[in-house]
Amino acid sequence: MEDFSVLIGGKAGDGINRAGFVIGRILSRIGYRIYMYYDYPSLIRGGHNFTIVRASRHAGIASHHVSVDCILALDHATLLRHAGRRTPATITIVNSDSVKAENHAGGLAVPLDTITKEEGGIPIMANSCLIGAFCHATGIPWDVVGTVLDEEMPQETEKNIAIARRGFDAVPEQFILPKGEAPEVPLVTGNEAIGLGLLQAGLDAYVSYPMTPSSGILHYLAEVAGETSLKVIHPESEIAVMLMAQGFAFAGSRTAVGTSGGGFCLMTEGVSMAGMTEVPVTIVVSMRPGPSTGVPTYTAQGDLAFILSAGQGEFPRFVIAPADPAQAFEWSGRALNLSWKYQVPSFILVDKTLSEGTFSFDPEEPEWTGEEPIPRWDGTHPYHRYAEGEGGVSPFCPVPTTGVVVKVNSYAHDEDGITTEDPDRVVRLVEKRMKKSRGMQAEIDALDPVLVSGDPTAATAILCWGTTSGICREVGDIIGLRVVQPVVLSPFPAVALRDALAGVSRIISVEDNAGGQLASLAAAHGITISAQILRYDGRPHALEELRDRVMGVKA
Amino acid sequence: MSRSLITETQNTWCPGCGNFAIEHALKAVIAARVEEGFPPENVVLVTGIGCHAKIADYLDVNSFYAIHGRTIPVATGIKLANPDLCVICCAGDGDCYAEGLDHLIFAAKRNIDLTMIVHNNRVYGLTTGQYTPTSPLHFKGRSTPGGTEEKPLNPPALMLASGATMVARAYTRKLDHLSTIIREGIDHPGFAFIDVLQICASFFNMTEYYNERVYFIEGHDSSDFWSAWQKAREWDYSSDAPIALGTFYRSEEPMFDEKYRITRQSGEGRKRTVRKLLEHRIRQ
Repeated sequence: MEDFSVLIGGKAGDGINRAGFVIGRILSRIGYRIYMYYDYPSLIRGGHNFTIVRASRHAGIASHHVSVDCILALDHATLLRHAGRRTPATITIVNSDSVKAENHAGGLAVPLDTITKEEGGIPIMANSCLIGAFCHATGIPWDVVGTVLDEEMPQETEKNIAIARRGFDAVPEQFILPKGEAPEVPLVTGNEAIGLGLLQAGLDAYVSYPMTPSSGILHYLAEVAGETSLKVIHPESEIAVMLMAQGFAFAGSRTAVGTSGGGFCLMTEGVSMAGMTEVPVTIVVSMRPGPSTGVPTYTAQGDLAFILSAGQGEFPRFVIAPADPAQAFEWSGRALNLSWKYQVPSFILVDKTLSEGTFSFDPEEPEWTGEEPIPRWDGTHPYHRYAEGEGGVSPFCPVPTTGVVVKVNSYAHDEDGITTEDPDRVVRLVEKRMKKSRGMQAEIDALDPVLVSGDPTAATAILCWGTTSGICREVGDIIGLRVVQPVVLSPFPAVALRDALAGVSRIISVEDNAGGQLASLAAAHGITISAQILRYDGRPHALEELRDRVMGVKA
Repeated sequence: MSRSLITETQNTWCPGCGNFAIEHALKAVIAARVEEGFPPENVVLVTGIGCHAKIADYLDVNSFYAIHGRTIPVATGIKLANPDLCVICCAGDGDCYAEGLDHLIFAAKRNIDLTMIVHNNRVYGLTTGQYTPTSPLHFKGRSTPGGTEEKPLNPPALMLASGATMVARAYTRKLDHLSTIIREGIDHPGFAFIDVLQICASFFNMTEYYNERVYFIEGHDSSDFWSAWQKAREWDYSSDAPIALGTFYRSEEPMFDEKYRITRQSGEGRKRTVRKLLEHRIRQ
């Protein structure tokens, strides 16, 4: 078996995400690579939540299938909503305490709540019972289940294992899922990969106001702040977040912030300030469907045009859109380093699918950039904060430094940071920023900013960015198309993109937005898109759905 | 003291502007601290936008000339990055009580060790004369030619309610007292709030009004919150009443920035920690 998918469904508050993660761990332990999609509405209790855990023998999976091999239903709604995902071979396990016998639809019935209560557990522990039942039904050995539960349930471990054992014994084996050969690697969310990438590049502080789907970064970094000596701050608003980050950086602390579109709206005055003060800051924006509150817990790629130009005035910025945790880890580190090297804002632009999806992550795959050196003041007095440095970058001197006064300024300023309205000085400052743009472009061009996968010789190409690149790679492999992903979107890698598209006669763009924002950007650089595949219902494509849409416009 | 603490930048405040007094007092206080051995490079001034903010160009100390209303978040970041720094905010009343009011309340709530000096001239000067949150009721400004219909804020009362551990008021025509209060604010461990009644020579010259009403607080127990509350409520920034100058309230409480004295991990050490975090994901 190349590929195996299991869906777990129930109500919000049932612990669906956690149960899916533990099943992902078990499948990972027996030699599979994992991708897990988590679908939940914006509420705390009730509603319908589900996850689809996909296990594959192949690395790089980043999508779910339409149909699944196993459905684990904590409630009746799961059976009703996902009936279309069942095939004759699908194994179904039903919680017979919440679903009436006439509705079991031929599934294996397990009284999860009764067993949990009999073992003295609390209601959420019914998940352990379900996990046990799932493993026996699919022929996963008990010792694997016991070991992973022991690792994943640090509290009430023994009780959870006892409940899982009861579930394991409650269903007969249906078939034996063969062991895979992939060595076990960690499972991480995109948000965690971003946090880890920033940390290895020397992050000193993370400042954020909670907003789905970016909050996972805040939660994860707050959790590991102690052992990493990281300062994690949750202030009063995103306005404060962006300004605080620049206060940190002024005093020499490498700082990142995180938010989603609505929060980023509040940050824009601060982004513009960073453009003028040349204080470095790294900004993670995780997209969800807008405008405004939109569809908070679902996915979109609708903010590219906004991020490319946010903030009044003209100033250079890096905008980087990773596709998966390995790219997120590597490019988050780069984004932090680049913002300090050039003293400009750098953006990591992701979406809910990457932020809250769970993926197998091989730590050896990405480059560990570490903390790269930055242009520093050589100690020759007097220090000028905005001195004419190489490529428009003024050497950095942290506060405090003995004998040095550092002045940064949101007004146009002279080389010492003193306000000016003098036309020649204003021109000098504008040209200093323009000069940086040229260095940044050269820097990006040297970093392999456009990735090619699928069939690199194919004359039809899929052009994609961010998370949709993962599923496009899979589709490209299936139907033999070239897949081209610009990882960096500002400065735009036009030369590398044209090279990547050399010999292509038909370009199909795939984006999770309604306007075709990458298509417009490419068109502005003289690259014509033949067909656009757009999706804007907040849901990522299933593999077969996108395959069929691409097939439809391929010719 | 070898440095003058004043830059060569040409001063463009109006003649008679109260900002000169604040600049002079702040300079004197910083100079005195430096004389006593405080490293001058550890002083950071953060300003907003408005007439007050030009002080960033004029005082020869580290400065972050930020944007309207945002002194406190910038100053908070600086202080949390390095709690050894002496971080002073100079903000205007429009700046700090209108656009940036949430930050002011949160700084007081957190008791972060900053000194907040509000240049409260009760009018927007740089935008040529509109009412601010502390303009008196019926103030006629360019945006309210018929007079305002809203009462002013009482900033000291607001700060007491928000948890500030030092709340004081000074006046630009009482220079020695102003210097004493600023010194007290900088020495205070925690959030020190100083509302400075400042003359705007061009758009709202209240010299005569203030001179007739101000008095120095004497015999007042500044550790007693309720007597501080009464003092703060004596004048409401609108109606006719005596105007108390001095420290209404002062207490010592744990400071937000104290727990941020953290030594950073070196590049390789940090990489090792990240590896360990990832390894724990598969073997616990």
